[in-house]
Formats: sequence, structure tokens, C-alpha cells
Amino acid sequence: MSDVRNDDALTALSAPIDPETLARLHARLEIEAQAEGLVDVAYTTVDSPLGKLLLAATPKGLIRVAYAREDHDRVLENLAEKVSLRILRAPKRLDDAARELDEYFDRRRKVFDLALDLSLSRGFRLLVQKHLPEIGYGQTRSYREVAELVGNPNAVRAVGTACATNPLPVVVPCHRVLRADGSLGGYVGGLEAKTALLELEVAA
Amino acid sequence: MKQPFESVVAQHSVTVLRVCRALLGVQDADDAWSETFLAALRAYPDLPETANVEAWLVTIARRKAIDVQRAARRDPLPVETLPEAPTSIGIPGTDDTDLWEYVDRLPGKQRQAITFHYLAGMSHAEIAAILGGTVDAARRAAADGLKTLRKHYPGAHPKGAVQ
Repeated sequence: MSDVRNDDALTALSAPIDPETLARLHARLEIEAQAEGLVDVAYTTVDSPLGKLLLAATPKGLIRVAYAREDHDRVLENLAEKVSLRILRAPKRLDDAARELDEYFDRRRKVFDLALDLSLSRGFRLLVQKHLPEIGYGQTRSYREVAELVGNPNAVRAVGTACATNPLPVVVPCHRVLRADGSLGGYVGGLEAKTALLELEVAA
Repeated sequence: MKQPFESVVAQHSVTVLRVCRALLGVQDADDAWSETFLAALRAYPDLPETANVEAWLVTIARRKAIDVQRAARRDPLPVETLPEAPTSIGIPGTDDTDLWEYVDRLPGKQRQAITFHYLAGMSHAEIAAILGGTVDAARRAAADGLKTLRKHYPGAHPKGAVQ
């Protein structure tokens, strides 16, 4: 008996901590950090027909949508470097974005009505990405047409780069930009994802 | 390169909770844990890249534990029903809070050395880096603390002791 109790001292000191306790503490940290304005980037992951999507937002708005193939850990490291180290998994700020994406994939939404933070893009890329939402649901444009749309008809390649580096795929519809011959061109989420999005919009 | 803060929480959340529990008992540990990570989140961008993140967090946790302890001394703990008689050995089955009380009564260095070594799983060298002093001194403080704990903790008796 005494031997058992003797070891109890150390057993108690190193008693396991269950996942529920950690989840509860994390939830509390999310609320308190948010209340004190300490969450520069809040993120969550959601399931979609195109796999897990990472959604990240600053207080200004949605800053990043990332496909799993982009490697979510690396996307977060990149946000830490470019935006702020104060990144917390705090799904609440992403509630609206998650709901609108759900509706979009359910064909119940054609236009996203979300505050966006475009601060990851600069210059010509930013200009292109700002214009992409002008391509309506179910429509497509060629890279050249987009170059003309932004007033720089010779910048066809640069439009391609701007689409490839779009930090907000799906929400900013770079999937609606194709090659002049109608072939797909590239896509940050992979060509299957691009095809799936175009088919989803055509079928609606 | 510094990690996103969420990775810091994921990696060190358990250690910080163990340290807070050791210093405060299970009841008040949650408050100290929250305060620790809030303060860490605020200061994280200024933390040098080469810093030992765990040691840094443990240092904050110690400070926050002291704050919580001071606040707790001023606020009596509300309970549903009063105990019928006082007990000198704590309340059985409440996460061994009585043990924490005995840990709490150890001299400062011994208490910290025990906490960091047995709970946070830190090496004596890492503990020495936080507490100051030599690695040997840290090892000795942990050993002395454990010896005292075994002597005074009511449930703990040295192996083979005659009852």
C-alpha cells in the first residue's frame, strides 16, 4: 500500500491531460485573444467537394483560400511571414466565408458577398485579381480578354501569372479564365478542380 | 524561421498546463494557462528567432501562476456545500490537489526544479538555463525536493518504510 502511494506522487504529477481539456482551453484562448484584438490572422479548414480548403481572414476580410495540394502548413508559414505571426485557429471569423462557400458548392450562390483582404497581392497581379469577379458565374474569358479588360492587351503572360498566384481561388474566380483555344490553361487547385468548378457553374 | 503562433500553442499547450497545475493545482491552472498564452501571443512577434520557445513560455507561466495565486488568496473559493469537518489531507479524489499543496510548500528552487523536470519533462540543463546556476545545482534541487516531498506528503512513504 505504502509503495503504491509513494509512486502516486509522481503519477499524479504527470497525470495525462485529455484532449477535451485542451480543446476547452483553446476555445477560451480564441475568444479572449479575439476580444483583445490579438488575432491578426484567424483560420480554419472546411470540407468541400474539392477536398479540404483552408480559409484565413484578417480583421479586414478573407485573405486566403488554399487547396490541400498547396500544403496548408506551408500556406500558414507563408502567412506568418507575410502578414503576421499572430495566427490562431479561430473558426468563428470564417463562419460567413464557410457558409457562402457551402452555398456556392451547393449551387445556391452565384456571387460571393464577403469582405476581402487583397494585401497579399501587389501591382499588376492585384489589378487583375480585382477585375476577375467581373467575369460572371458560368462565363469564361481568355487570358487575352482579361489583359484587354484591365487595359493592357499585351500582358497576356502576366495575366496568367496573376491567375496562378491568386490567393483567393474559388472566391476570386480565376477558374473562369481559359486559353484562347478553349483549353484549360493552369490552375492552382489542379486541372481537375478547375474542370469541376466550370462544370458546377454550367450545370447550375 | 518562426512558426505561426498556432503551432506554438499546439506544441507547448500540454507542458504549460502541467507547469500551471504544478504551481497552482488543477482548479486555478486553466486561468494561468489562458493568461500565459494571451501574454505570449502579444509578445510573440518580438521574441528573438533563436529563443527557446518552451523555456520562454514556462517563464511566463511561472509569472502568471504567481498572479493567479495572489488573486486567489483575495477571493475565497465558492463551494456548493461546506465540508462538515476540516481535513488536513485535502479532499480525496479531487485530482490530488493535496499533492500540489505539498509541492507548493517546497522551497522555491526545489519546487521549480521538480515542476520543470517531472512535469514539463525538461532536462536539468534546460532547467539550469531558466533558474540560473549550474546543471548540478538544478539536479540537486530536484532530488532534494523529491526527498522532502516523500517525507512530508501524507500518502507518500519511502519504499520499505516500517509503518
